[in-house]
Amino acid sequence: MQLQERLSKTELVSFYRKMLLIRRFEERCAEMYMLGKIRGFLHLYIGEEAIAVGCMSVLRPEDYVVTHYRDHGHALARGMDPKVAMAELFGKATGCSRGKGGSMHLFDARLNFMGGYAIVGGQLPVAVGLALASQLQGQPRVTVCFFGDGALNQGEFHEALNLASLWKLPIVFFLENNLYGMGSHIDRTYAGGRDVFKAADHYRIPAYQTDGMDVLAVREATLRAVEHARQGKGPYFLEALTYRFRGHSMADPVEYRDKAEEEAWKARDPLPAFQRYLLENASATLEELSHIEQEVEEGVEEAIRFADASPEPPPQALYEDIYA
Amino acid sequence: MPELTLREAIRRGLQEALDQDPTVFLMGEDVGAYGGAYAVTKGFLRQYGPERIRDTPISESAIVGAGIGSALGGMRPIVEIMTINFSLLAMDQIVNHAAKLRYMSGGQFAVPFLIRTVTGGGAGLAATHSQSLEGWYASVPGLKVVFPSTPYDALGLLRACLKDNNTIIYCEHALLYGVRGEVPDAYYEVPIGRAEVKRPGRDLTLISYGRGAHLCLQAAGELAKRGVEAEVIDLRTLRPLDLETPLASLRKTHRALIVEEAWPRAGIGPYLAMRLHQDAFDYLDAPIAHLAGADTPAPYARNLERLALPDVPAILRAVADNFGL
Repeated sequence: MQLQERLSKTELVSFYRKMLLIRRFEERCAEMYMLGKIRGFLHLYIGEEAIAVGCMSVLRPEDYVVTHYRDHGHALARGMDPKVAMAELFGKATGCSRGKGGSMHLFDARLNFMGGYAIVGGQLPVAVGLALASQLQGQPRVTVCFFGDGALNQGEFHEALNLASLWKLPIVFFLENNLYGMGSHIDRTYAGGRDVFKAADHYRIPAYQTDGMDVLAVREATLRAVEHARQGKGPYFLEALTYRFRGHSMADPVEYRDKAEEEAWKARDPLPAFQRYLLENASATLEELSHIEQEVEEGVEEAIRFADASPEPPPQALYEDIYA
Repeated sequence: MPELTLREAIRRGLQEALDQDPTVFLMGEDVGAYGGAYAVTKGFLRQYGPERIRDTPISESAIVGAGIGSALGGMRPIVEIMTINFSLLAMDQIVNHAAKLRYMSGGQFAVPFLIRTVTGGGAGLAATHSQSLEGWYASVPGLKVVFPSTPYDALGLLRACLKDNNTIIYCEHALLYGVRGEVPDAYYEVPIGRAEVKRPGRDLTLISYGRGAHLCLQAAGELAKRGVEAEVIDLRTLRPLDLETPLASLRKTHRALIVEEAWPRAGIGPYLAMRLHQDAFDYLDAPIAHLAGADTPAPYARNLERLALPDVPAILRAVADNFGL
């Protein structure tokens, strides 16, 4: 990890805390799913935490974040209260979306967290629109739109990049390339080769590929990208190379992946890697880090207790929030 | 009172919105330099500039998505989808996102977004350019669908739509742009979700919207020559659907025919007929009748297309066959 900027120990440790929160939150989500507390689809972000945390660490409160259905990590990294997030997963009235969105549709207007979208690629045009609003209003606000490699082959991907570039919109297209769209390897679904970020060349959007397992590398890449967009120079395309350690969803036994490939990526787990970095380069101690671990775990337990104790949405909520 | 065409009425409504609301802007394929495929926005680019009159690539999904996003971001976009047939390319954005964002977010967001689109057949444009899909959209909770048939309603509804904070599909029938009608200079609105009795009558009720409303009025004129007084109801909005106006009419006339261009299973007719049967069964002298477009793709040949769409003779036949009138 080569760092250009000087970050304080407090800042560095806060990245660790966020990544750990996402990891522990989702590990407990998987357990809650097995207990039947969480229903429907549950897509875990475990393994990809460095991307959300590294990216969000450079965003301003007024910036917009738009993402896909694997959205717990983005929501927590953006600052969503784990209690409110867990309550949403439990389908409770105290959830961020009053229990009506679930795992794939976390939203938080106060954080400009504009939501999890569950149709692959569907969030890209919406994010372009948010960036258009900022441009028309003359606000120095950037929209970051996350999407996976599965979205590359949707027409909406190309439509969105084209429009954003034509209109020089302040948007960062953030590809989380974890190599698999559900069970299909990118080599079997995308004809453009492995360096996907080069696809942005076609639309004259500057692009950069970064290590998605390295929170500081992601942070640095995002700083450049966001600065570009904020200065009115138009969109920027980031590709973070990453890997999801779990299946596509809880229903996925992951029979299509090579075990050696999985082990190679798990050896690059962003959490232990960053822990080592903190110990070696930021004068953190094992005691400090284990204290953080304990606090994070307590926070997740509190979120579960809160979600469990919260009421279900009242029956009349079925017909509420359809129209403004 | 001054007369306007339906096209001019829509233009006036759009110009008012652009003049009065700085968050309003227009976006769509060829709305700027070309002036709109149906010339509704002709001259707007010169008047309002390229920031607010935005020509887009042929990317329906991106256009509608950009509308949704900019609405979330505090603007009030008006998007033109050149025809409702092309809206199928934006179905994901309209149905999966625009209609559901408020619900899925537990009421945190609104999408104040107007989609203008051209619908209907009869111009010899064949199967992929002649469809009436407004009934599909009217089946989606979270959307509103309006369909004016007169210049008065076109302006009044447009004003109401631009005060409403939901995603609204505003339908314009391709063959009605030249229809003339009185439009007062004084400000008025036509409320969303309210049908109107366009001609009172006592013997039967003809229910339609858009071009069908005009056909029903002509048919009512023919029926009157034989002493049959048909009441004509123009729904004007397909969602939310005004049931009270047709029900009140049925309690008086005891017979109703629903006329629409859509396929027999795709329009508002099947749902409306079910509700009328359910809510006014005791008043009916005959089952509710339904005259829809032919259950076929739209044909090109003039004679076949004529057979495929409801017209005045077909309405008169349906009235005779179903009610003996």
